[in-house]
Amino acid sequence: MHRLISFIKKEFHHIFRDFRTLIILFGIPAAQIMIFGYVITTDIRDAKIAVVDQAHDEITMRLIDKFEASEFFSVRQYLNSADEIEPVLKKGKIKQVIVFEPDFGAQLLRNGEASLAIITDASEPNTGRLLASYSEALIADFNRGLFQTKAMRIIPTVRMIYNPTLQNEFMFVPGLMTLILMLICALMTSITIAREKEFGTMEVLLVSPLRPIQIIVGKVAPYLVLAFGDVLLILAMANLFFGLPVKGSLALLLFESILYIGLSLSLGILISTVSQTMQQAMFISLIGLMLPSILLSGFIFPLENTPVFYRIVSLFMPPRWFIVIIKNIMLKGTGLKFVWKETLVLIAMTAVFIGISAKKFKMRLE
Amino acid sequence: MSRLKYLLHKEFIQIRRNTFIARAIIAMPIAQMLILVPAVTFDIRHIDLCVVDQDLSPMSRQLTSKLQGSTFFRIKKATFSLTEAENAMHRGEVDVIINIPDDFERDLIQSDSAPLQLLIDGINGSLAQTSMAYLSGVIMDFNRKIVLEHIALKPVSPSPQIQPRTRYWFNPELDYKIYMAPGILAILVTAIGFLLSGLNLVREKEMGTSEQINVTPVGKYEFIIAKMVPFMVIGILDLIFGLALAMLVYHMPFEGNIFLLFGFVLIYLVAVMGLGLFLSTFSSTQQQYLFICFFFMMIFNLMSGIFTPADSMPLWAHRLNLLNPAAYFIRVIRLIILKGSGFRDIGLDMLRLSLIAVLTTTLASMKYKKTA
Repeated sequence: MHRLISFIKKEFHHIFRDFRTLIILFGIPAAQIMIFGYVITTDIRDAKIAVVDQAHDEITMRLIDKFEASEFFSVRQYLNSADEIEPVLKKGKIKQVIVFEPDFGAQLLRNGEASLAIITDASEPNTGRLLASYSEALIADFNRGLFQTKAMRIIPTVRMIYNPTLQNEFMFVPGLMTLILMLICALMTSITIAREKEFGTMEVLLVSPLRPIQIIVGKVAPYLVLAFGDVLLILAMANLFFGLPVKGSLALLLFESILYIGLSLSLGILISTVSQTMQQAMFISLIGLMLPSILLSGFIFPLENTPVFYRIVSLFMPPRWFIVIIKNIMLKGTGLKFVWKETLVLIAMTAVFIGISAKKFKMRLE
Repeated sequence: MSRLKYLLHKEFIQIRRNTFIARAIIAMPIAQMLILVPAVTFDIRHIDLCVVDQDLSPMSRQLTSKLQGSTFFRIKKATFSLTEAENAMHRGEVDVIINIPDDFERDLIQSDSAPLQLLIDGINGSLAQTSMAYLSGVIMDFNRKIVLEHIALKPVSPSPQIQPRTRYWFNPELDYKIYMAPGILAILVTAIGFLLSGLNLVREKEMGTSEQINVTPVGKYEFIIAKMVPFMVIGILDLIFGLALAMLVYHMPFEGNIFLLFGFVLIYLVAVMGLGLFLSTFSSTQQQYLFICFFFMMIFNLMSGIFTPADSMPLWAHRLNLLNPAAYFIRVIRLIILKGSGFRDIGLDMLRLSLIAVLTTTLASMKYKKTA
């Protein structure tokens, strides 16, 4: 035990001696939360649209005003004819064009019906679809204004649960926290062991009386402390800058976070035991971990939509589970009753990673 | 001039000999195109509903079956207890709870208006907005229908209606793969021009062979050009390879002029290679360069609008993107491939990117010293 403690002390010295390590540990996560927290959004605000209005009557003007007043649209351009639509969309600034038929208002009054085309730039399908559905809802609402009878109506009251003002940050900041924590933890530990190997100091450790599991614990313990500092930093930033609440129990949240950083650190250890050089370890933990965990954790892209194969792969992504946990505790305010499955998965994954690393490690002793 | 030829020859031999780079050049486009593209999708699935029908009247059942008939919704759960419905939402099983109070039908007939409560999971804001838009559409339709059915006794003149028709241009099927493929191609080109070419430079430094070159009569610019040209060739070849894959596998259209795209890619490569060269002077080992590179690539890519629309970003991000070469590239490659935009449409972007290229290469050649 005494041996282990002095080994842990040595590791702490290693970390604090290198100023750059500290910058990486605290500076980069803070910068990333700030930048990406504001930048990553799928919200649509003031999408630029154009209008082809040859009728120019009272009703078209009222409808255009309604578009302009909506938070989603901003009418930027009036086109003279439908021929101008394509060149305008090709420039890429205008995302949608509303085309009224030539005698729109007169048609509406005479036939009780008038047609209108919504031409949407769908080269980005998600934005295209959202714009189209917002436009359709807006026109339906306008129709209701034209609809005079007050008789028999269902009046829906809408309440947005968990996120009453539909803040975009609620969707992406939890994922961002998850991702950054894992990358930092895995990167730091994967480099330490690879470094010992590359510098040849690993052999010194191997002939020491420390057992493999002690070496691993000694390597992880200092980072567990530092990464917990990261957790506190990131949580505080999420709360101060992005207004993320902690509706559930803070103690539970911290407990789950410790589980998660333990998991990420042991993943880093696993990476370092399978790689020979620091460069390899770094390559695996940066390139190998980053893209899959951005894409397959449900951080940006909802997992329900991906093909089955990827949904199965996503089950093996640690961030996928932790995102669910922190969204539940922070935003929904639920307790362990709702996240016990995810918690068990985190524990199981940690056990597997540590088990494999310890085994790999022993083989090197022979 | 012949010196340059020999230098180039040497570079190509070195690249071929380096198994890691050689493998990366071939494997990257295949892996990225086939694995990444289908994984990233915003395709809208069903919106999962939980109906709490406390009224159980013909009217409430009509409303439920109308929701069921819609292609957007799937009634995943029906219960009488609001708590149970809320628990389902806590677990993330349903997106929307529709709470039909008892006396729904009676209120509707007697007092002409009946309340209905919609509880929407707001964490995913844009999904919540879409759900609300679709739901109010269904309810409005339903309102019209019951008026026609139940007050048919007193003749109602049909109220005026605007009939919107929606057309999706450039991607009528709303296929997300077609949208992502050009973006992933852009990441590919960035990885080659920024990551691999910079690593190649730093490697020379790390192994000490750049000192050997420094004592030869080879000039600074010759050396830099010889380092850049091979990766430009590789970048273009990989781009062609990736394009072919995307068109074959995902039936991605190619609307624009391919030479315009190549021209733009070359400017982009000069810009990122210049930046890579500049950053490589700060790092003495490949590992350090990898780390710097990782940081820049993460910022470049996530800010460029590859995964989330750049138009929605805050103003300061738009300003910052003026300096982000990847932002130009991602926007333009999609414009050219998907919309067939021409030189007139992207001319300004091309000019600005050229300015960045001039800036980075000037910085790099100022910072790069032959006597290292």
